[in-house]
Amino acid sequence: MNSAISVGALTKRYGDIEAVRGIDFEVPTGETFGFLGPNGAGKSTTIKILCTLADPTSGTARVAGHDVVAERDTVRRNIGLVFQDTTLDSYLTGEQNLRFHADLYGVPKAAFGPRLRQVLEMVGLWDRRGSVVSTYSGGMQRRLEIARGLLHAPRVLFLDEPTVGLDPQTRVSIWAYINELKQREDITIFLTTHYMDEAENCDRIAIIDHGTVVAIDTPEALKASIGKDRVQISTADDEAAIRALAEVFGLEAGVHEGLVTFSVESGEHFVPQLFARLPVAIKSVSVSRPSLDDVFMSYTGKTIRDAEASIGDRNRRIATRFGRR
Amino acid sequence: MATKDLAAAEQAHDSGDSDLTSLIRVAVPERSIRADLRAVSIVWRRELIRFRTDRLRAVTSLVQPVLFLFILGTGLSGLARRGLPSGVDFQTFIYPGVLAMSVLFTAIFSAASIVWDREFGFLREMLVAPVRRWAIVIGKCLGGATVATFQGIIFLALAGVAHVPYNPVLLLTLVGELLLLSFTLTAFGVMMAARIKQIQAFMALTQLFVLPLFFLSGALYPLNGLPAWLTVLTRIDPLTYIVDPMRHAVFSHLSAVGQSALSALSPGVTWNGWLVPTGLSLAIVGVMGLAMLGIAIVEFRKTE
Repeated sequence: MNSAISVGALTKRYGDIEAVRGIDFEVPTGETFGFLGPNGAGKSTTIKILCTLADPTSGTARVAGHDVVAERDTVRRNIGLVFQDTTLDSYLTGEQNLRFHADLYGVPKAAFGPRLRQVLEMVGLWDRRGSVVSTYSGGMQRRLEIARGLLHAPRVLFLDEPTVGLDPQTRVSIWAYINELKQREDITIFLTTHYMDEAENCDRIAIIDHGTVVAIDTPEALKASIGKDRVQISTADDEAAIRALAEVFGLEAGVHEGLVTFSVESGEHFVPQLFARLPVAIKSVSVSRPSLDDVFMSYTGKTIRDAEASIGDRNRRIATRFGRR
Repeated sequence: MATKDLAAAEQAHDSGDSDLTSLIRVAVPERSIRADLRAVSIVWRRELIRFRTDRLRAVTSLVQPVLFLFILGTGLSGLARRGLPSGVDFQTFIYPGVLAMSVLFTAIFSAASIVWDREFGFLREMLVAPVRRWAIVIGKCLGGATVATFQGIIFLALAGVAHVPYNPVLLLTLVGELLLLSFTLTAFGVMMAARIKQIQAFMALTQLFVLPLFFLSGALYPLNGLPAWLTVLTRIDPLTYIVDPMRHAVFSHLSAVGQSALSALSPGVTWNGWLVPTGLSLAIVGVMGLAMLGIAIVEFRKTE
């Protein structure tokens, strides 16, 4: 067996809702594989199936060489999990949480002490092991969860949105731990994220939208497949600007995240012409190299924030819009 | 026990060096009954650790039984004196029932922690572990039963105030009966918690059950001479079958009570005139607890 994870024609249906609509992929041993997509795309459902917390409606999934339905317990022994929401007991100390985990996973008693120290030092929590978890900050709790997920030396580590809800600085430090982990432990990492910049840390990415995988490749290859720069402009009259872009330059533009957005080759050479020939007043311009956001957009026709807004509640849509200013 | 382990572990690795450059190999062993028992034990110990750190809960859970015993008990004692044989206080009479009450809330609210665990995610940590679900459910029930029994023992310390003697045989009998009651109540709560996902709904539903169970159990009045409808209801209430043996234990250890007074105050549970033996009473409670435990295990084995 050289695939840590292999998934074939997997579907999951909750009543009338088809959360996962037939996905296939393989993750070789040792790879860091990312599932990228907006909230509600089917990422969490897929991870639940891979972790044996939900049964597939049809299709197969094997983790560490074992079937997630027929060999559930063997799969469980070989995986570590860090969930999107905290699953720590905040009344216990950091060490007590890990001891609980070690007993549930049957970690040999002699190995527990040294392993505890190793994982806690890795995430920088050794000195705080005796403190009750409710006194930890959000970032410390997430680090403790990562340490706990690693305690029983799993072969596959699942990280479901490992940095969601954390401040940017903490996100960076969590990624430093994950990257260090790749160096130190002989482990396959499967993670989901809706942060484009985080997906860049993966060896390969699957872009998932509406329960299907729309693209799988390395971040570089995915970006190279776009080849164009993204230009976003803020104008006095967006509709007139979109019409003018089509008439004057033959470009197809749309409004994304409240800005007129379009793709051109070598954007920095295009901007002077834009100012010279566009009959609409321009308030601001930004040019960016192809990012995974553009990849996402080119495969799904929308930016990941648009996708979230259409799924999310009204409040979040408003928050996103004002958050941009 | 849990503390000793943890302290020992701390000492062990404070003194030892750990080599961080080399990976410490941990092989998770194959499933075995020993692994499942280890899981039962840690789930049980977690309840004890949490009880020990949550002193407020221990104190607040005592408020209600203390109110019943001292305020209601004292307030009604003048009125009740006429119905009681001389030398027997109303407080003494209701003491066994209130003792049962002292574990009632603690046991069911220990089970409520499953609903909390679900809301705060910790339940997922347990459900995804490579152990049988029965191990987690049994650990939880034993933990709730132990914690509730501790609570009962604290209240048992007040026995003297209600003129109940500190007789070792009596105390042991009562502790055993409290343990049985606590286990069954926790199993009931865990069974409910398997289905009910919101803490508010759980609290509302248990409130709906708990007070009727308490009032119908004969904890505050003797079971004889009741109107027919109430007689039927008291016989349906499972709590009746534990309150009666507890009261019987207390009254058979009171020196001031003669045989005739004993049969008036603690007449026993009768089914259409047939006196239910104490052993059968206790067995009814035990079997109900095991049945609810079984249902809870089946419920928790379901996957999405």
